[in-house]
Amino acid sequence: MGHPDITGRRLGKDAYAKNFSDLHPPLSAHEALVESDRCYFCYDAPCQQACPTSIDIPLFIRQISAGNAKGAAETIFEQNILGGMCARVCPTETLCEEVCVREKAEGKPVKIGLLQRYATDTLMRANAQPFQRAPATGKKVAVVGAGPAGLACAHRLALHGHDVTIFEARKKPGGLNEYGIAAYKTVDGFAQEEVDFVLGIGGIDIEHGKALGKQIKLETLRKDYDAVFLGMGLQGVNALNTRHEESAGVEDAVDYIAELRQAKDLGKLPVGRQVLVIGGGMTAIDIAVQSKLLGAEDVTILYRRGADQMKASDFEQDLAQTKGVKIKHWVMPKKVIVKDGKAVGLECEYTEEKKGKLTGTGETFKLSADMIFKAIGQTFVADPMQDAIVLDGGRIKVDASRRTNLADVWAGGDCAAGGQDLTVAAVDDGRRAAEAIHLHLSA
Amino acid sequence: MADLRSNFVGIKSPNPFWLASAPPTDKEYNVVRAFKAGWGGVVWKTLGEDPHIVNVNGPRYGAIHSGDRRLLGLNNIELITDRPLQTNLDEIKRVKRDWPDRAMVVSLMVPCEEPNWAAILKRVEETDCDGVELNFGCPHGMSERGMGSAVGQVPEYIEMVARWCKAHTRMPVIVKLTPNITDVRKPARAARKGGADAVSLINTINSIMSVNLDSFAPEPTIDGKGTHGGYCGPAVKPIALSMVSEIARDAETKGMPISGIGGITTWRDALEFILLGAGTAQVCTAAMTYGFKIVEEMTSGLENWMDERGFQHLDELVGKAVPNVTDWQYLNLNYIAKAQIDQDKCIQCGRCYAACEDTSHQAISNAPKNGKRHFEVIDAECVACNLCVEVCPVEQCITMVQMTKGTDPRTGKKIDPKYANWTTHPNNPAAKVAAE
Repeated sequence: MGHPDITGRRLGKDAYAKNFSDLHPPLSAHEALVESDRCYFCYDAPCQQACPTSIDIPLFIRQISAGNAKGAAETIFEQNILGGMCARVCPTETLCEEVCVREKAEGKPVKIGLLQRYATDTLMRANAQPFQRAPATGKKVAVVGAGPAGLACAHRLALHGHDVTIFEARKKPGGLNEYGIAAYKTVDGFAQEEVDFVLGIGGIDIEHGKALGKQIKLETLRKDYDAVFLGMGLQGVNALNTRHEESAGVEDAVDYIAELRQAKDLGKLPVGRQVLVIGGGMTAIDIAVQSKLLGAEDVTILYRRGADQMKASDFEQDLAQTKGVKIKHWVMPKKVIVKDGKAVGLECEYTEEKKGKLTGTGETFKLSADMIFKAIGQTFVADPMQDAIVLDGGRIKVDASRRTNLADVWAGGDCAAGGQDLTVAAVDDGRRAAEAIHLHLSA
Repeated sequence: MADLRSNFVGIKSPNPFWLASAPPTDKEYNVVRAFKAGWGGVVWKTLGEDPHIVNVNGPRYGAIHSGDRRLLGLNNIELITDRPLQTNLDEIKRVKRDWPDRAMVVSLMVPCEEPNWAAILKRVEETDCDGVELNFGCPHGMSERGMGSAVGQVPEYIEMVARWCKAHTRMPVIVKLTPNITDVRKPARAARKGGADAVSLINTINSIMSVNLDSFAPEPTIDGKGTHGGYCGPAVKPIALSMVSEIARDAETKGMPISGIGGITTWRDALEFILLGAGTAQVCTAAMTYGFKIVEEMTSGLENWMDERGFQHLDELVGKAVPNVTDWQYLNLNYIAKAQIDQDKCIQCGRCYAACEDTSHQAISNAPKNGKRHFEVIDAECVACNLCVEVCPVEQCITMVQMTKGTDPRTGKKIDPKYANWTTHPNNPAAKVAAE
């Protein structure tokens, strides 16, 4: 194990653009017509039931088929104002498309995600606003976090005539849509384009550089606003609890992905020749695949259990392996191997499950590495709430309407308990909370 | 936002989409579900006299499907309502009371005697429904008993019954026409002469859907036998459009309100009927195939189209295409077009070539270009018949492009920008040409 080989410009200039182009290119008008014709317009459709935002999928597909893509987009946005992003990033293979009756009939579901993208792109390209605000109510709502949950909540509130101020810690709005999602899933600055579309309804202000517990306090927000929605996501990351994990070359995958998403020149982003990724979720796949696309030679995902237990869907696992990522199951990190203060490898131990409990087998092996990414989950940082908010399993406890223990505070997205850690689920939270807030303010 | 409200011979509905008289409108339960889904109105399934008729207890429907089992055409041998008259009347009254903003039209069929019509009209009037539709259309079963299309095929009967009905009710009277005739203008003229407020068309077409190759019996088969039924669904739309347009442009029936029926499945289909003169669009097969929810697609589609084109009210659209329906003899023979293949869209299937080479004008070449399959139109042979366009699997891949100047390479004649039709053509022995 020599010195770590971490550098940019591993690839030719054109390779970056090619590697990070659209994972699923959009459908042409002809493709959309042919595909929409495959939908059976099922009654009480399984796809709609599987969608966390309950989009009327058969209706919007029928509208595409009848040459009314704009109407189709309206049907989508009525339920999910971030329907454009969800069309790109939803794990449709485990949601709507998994239960499509044509998956049952022929093993080939209707391409719902791509049809949704076709419809939403059509309306957004026309710069059309599908909704009009209700007359102003004079009520003010504070939303913490400009991620999917916060944006969806703000949009719905603005629609009902309330004025919304979003407080966002980072420089740009969008949350994980802007900083977290794999670059090849949302190309050409779509995240910001979508934020502009959402804000187009009017009545929503965003104040950047305002983090809860620092520049703003929950108590003040509750005093100054008629209601508060918390959608600040997860700020912490899990620790490996492995020796030397603080060494140079051991990085948090989410931070690196955020950097990658903001990079103007991907070639300048240093990446190791040999990369290890620890974890089994979507983030692990995202960082592994993107490392490979940046030119890493060998990328290996290490997961402590089997393929079936990985949180990443089969599609994502296949994607990783198609891109040349190796996935090793039933292994766990023991210790980061360090040379001159820099990580140069990882000592691992094989694992097994005994009576439902995961244990090491005692047998170890070493892997050399130039970079090691931790993708073992994020955590909610509750400190800014100063015990005012009741938690459940480390995240904010909410009821069915996403209301917290405080009568004027709602929460949704990843920071709320019981969530699915999906963009589409965050949008549903935001929309539900907005409807509940609207009801509360109208009372 | 476009206003979809419709006022058809005084019958108001929030949109022009009505469910046609058929199984979906047979009873309160279905009709209430339809109104909840958003349908603008219904024509209640045809009422008759007691004792109520009976239906077969075997298959009532047959269908033809496309290769992927899309239902293209449906036929049925179901008769008029098989429930007691009073049951239907009670339900109609209740539904109209609960849904006052929706159109409630009641379809009727009784024997061709004035007292019979007078009697049923009196009872129907008591439901407070908005109008009646006279079923002179059903081609099966009832026609054997001198009703339905047996009446619709005799213009004199239509006129007579329409007159009786107008004399015995204050309600608007719509006459539903059968397509199982030679010239639809005759029954339409008779309806107008009889004083009917409107006509609706088309009813179903005589049909046998298929023959079972094992039992040697027509489908649908009841205990080894079958009979002809009424054909409807997307496949009949072109026939219905033509008949609607004939009535809309006939000198004697011009301006008579028409309720369009026949294969309407999407907002586009409905709009086509409206443009050819229909004031409302009646739907049955599409609802029977996909459920009542399809009306959401119809209202959204029509509304968006009207908004995009800047139309506010349906009245601006009714009959808008009628002036462009003409006789063959008036088509411009100086209009020259050529097919054009968009090579970027072409998937090289060769269907256009097969169609043109085998069955038309040998106007498409099949010569590899740079070692690849390549199909190109030969302008010197192309008569612009449009067959290649219709057999091409890719929409907008082959289009017809008008030639506005130069010489038609097929005929060697200069393009003449002036309009000239058959009535003045030198080959027409009856040409009304001015002396040279």
